[in-house]
Amino acid sequence: MSLQELSPHQPGDTDVADREVAAPPPDEAASATPAPAVAVPVRTIVRHPAGAVTRSPARRVAAATGHRLRWVRRLASLAVLLVLWQVGSTRGWIPEQKFPAPSTVWSAFEGLLDRGELGENLAASLGRMARGLLLGGLAAILFGTLAGLSRVGEEVVDAPLQALRVIPNLALTSLFIIWFGIGEPSKYYLIALGAFFPLYLNTFGGIRNVDNRLVEATRVFGVGRVGLAWRVMLPGALPQILIGLRQSIGVAWLSLVVVEQTNAKAGIGTLIIDAREFMRTDIVVVGLLIYALLGLTTDLLVRTIEKGVLSWRVSFSGI
Amino acid sequence: MASVLQRDLTDRPGGASTVATRPAGAPTVSLQGVSRSFHGRTVLEDVSFDVAPGEFVALLGASGSGKTTILRAVAELDAGVTGTLVLPRDLAVVFQEPRLLPWSRVGRNVAVGLPRERRAELVADALAEVNLTGRAKAWPATLSGGEAQRVALARALVRQPDLLLLDEPFASLDALTRIRMQQLVRRLWAEHGFAILLVTHDVDEALLLADRALVLAEGRIAHEVVVDLPRPRRDTQPGFLELRHRLLDHLGVAL
Repeated sequence: MSLQELSPHQPGDTDVADREVAAPPPDEAASATPAPAVAVPVRTIVRHPAGAVTRSPARRVAAATGHRLRWVRRLASLAVLLVLWQVGSTRGWIPEQKFPAPSTVWSAFEGLLDRGELGENLAASLGRMARGLLLGGLAAILFGTLAGLSRVGEEVVDAPLQALRVIPNLALTSLFIIWFGIGEPSKYYLIALGAFFPLYLNTFGGIRNVDNRLVEATRVFGVGRVGLAWRVMLPGALPQILIGLRQSIGVAWLSLVVVEQTNAKAGIGTLIIDAREFMRTDIVVVGLLIYALLGLTTDLLVRTIEKGVLSWRVSFSGI
Repeated sequence: MASVLQRDLTDRPGGASTVATRPAGAPTVSLQGVSRSFHGRTVLEDVSFDVAPGEFVALLGASGSGKTTILRAVAELDAGVTGTLVLPRDLAVVFQEPRLLPWSRVGRNVAVGLPRERRAELVADALAEVNLTGRAKAWPATLSGGEAQRVALARALVRQPDLLLLDEPFASLDALTRIRMQQLVRRLWAEHGFAILLVTHDVDEALLLADRALVLAEGRIAHEVVVDLPRPRRDTQPGFLELRHRLLDHLGVAL
């Protein structure tokens, strides 16, 4: 009931009334021994159609308020946390040296912004991330498609990759520095390697999970191998590929954080390491928040792409 | 003279195919000694039959009798059949399920595999023929079962095939939609003059539509019944009941 109380009379709203209705008395003529009348539980459901003309302006306002209320609730919990953090810091419950107050973090952020340090380091991090992700992502889609589409491809590509997959990419840092030098390229390659596997596995798996009946039905109309890949396999695998992309971006961020903390000249990670040297916890927290924002932004980006390219889907969207 | 694809698969399964030209009056489809076994279990044994140009042939049989295996062999969807198959170059299939690509709009689904020229026009015509004018932009997920199956029919029609293969295309439709679809197929067949091979387990459907019914049992053609009832057909016309009894008898259903 609580849901109805909070947002009364939404489109498709339901009024439910439970009550007991007496069953009709059994036919006396048919049965010699009449059974006692039993109450049968009945549920009466009245559904209000969306945009019904009978809806009063008051109700429409109520519906809009319900939508806004959800956002208010979301933001309110965040605000409460922020206030508690600030109050805790001012009262001295949270030691300023270990974890600075929100106001201190904000001024550190403004300082970084004014000196141009933030922009410079953010650009370095984003550039690294973009190159690594692009390299790893394109290779993943290429190899995943190759292995997914042909059995020979699977044998040649998948077996060695499965062997490589069990090595954590960051464990290869030393080897990559020896191979590609201590500069930027070894960093791109480590990010690329980390981003590669989730997307590769999901592309391969997505193609292999495409309904064979659709493949048959398309093949029977004279569509060749290239056409099948383009019209059936790749669109069919797309939902799974996008899940892989999200996972890949997650691993890429993680790899970025690690590679930036060793021998980088610029980047959010470098900013954090340098701040640590001077015990500037406020700048460290700014760096962490920027990482969080970047992660959120890319996730939102992929979700938006999903909404756009998967508009054909009519799938379960949660209760 | 239509070109045909002659497949001689007697020697090596999955074997050679040669393109030949069909002489006038030759059958649209010809199967000679076609067999298929799965893991040592024979599902088709030495099946031979012809379908004449423009002929409507129904393949009847209980489930597991090999009807769909024959249809898949004719559609070249089964590389494991042996025997000789003479097939028309242009054939189209309507499956039991619509099998539309859910990520392509109705128009793109109908156009699948068509050359680019005049495509839009052909698709619009085909959709009009199945009474779905103006639905080219719809997503398959928004169609009802009957509409989706009509799109599948349009996808088959649009390439003007010499042979239409129907694999129980009405089986999963409700009774009313099924009757309408049967009438639609009958009308389209009469207008276009292609040959039809219809797989069904519905005796009435075979009698209402087909010129000839082949009854399959245990992988062989056990009986052939010529349906010589005048058209348009009704299940109340003289001779219908008698043929119905005969077919049911062949199918092992005693009345």
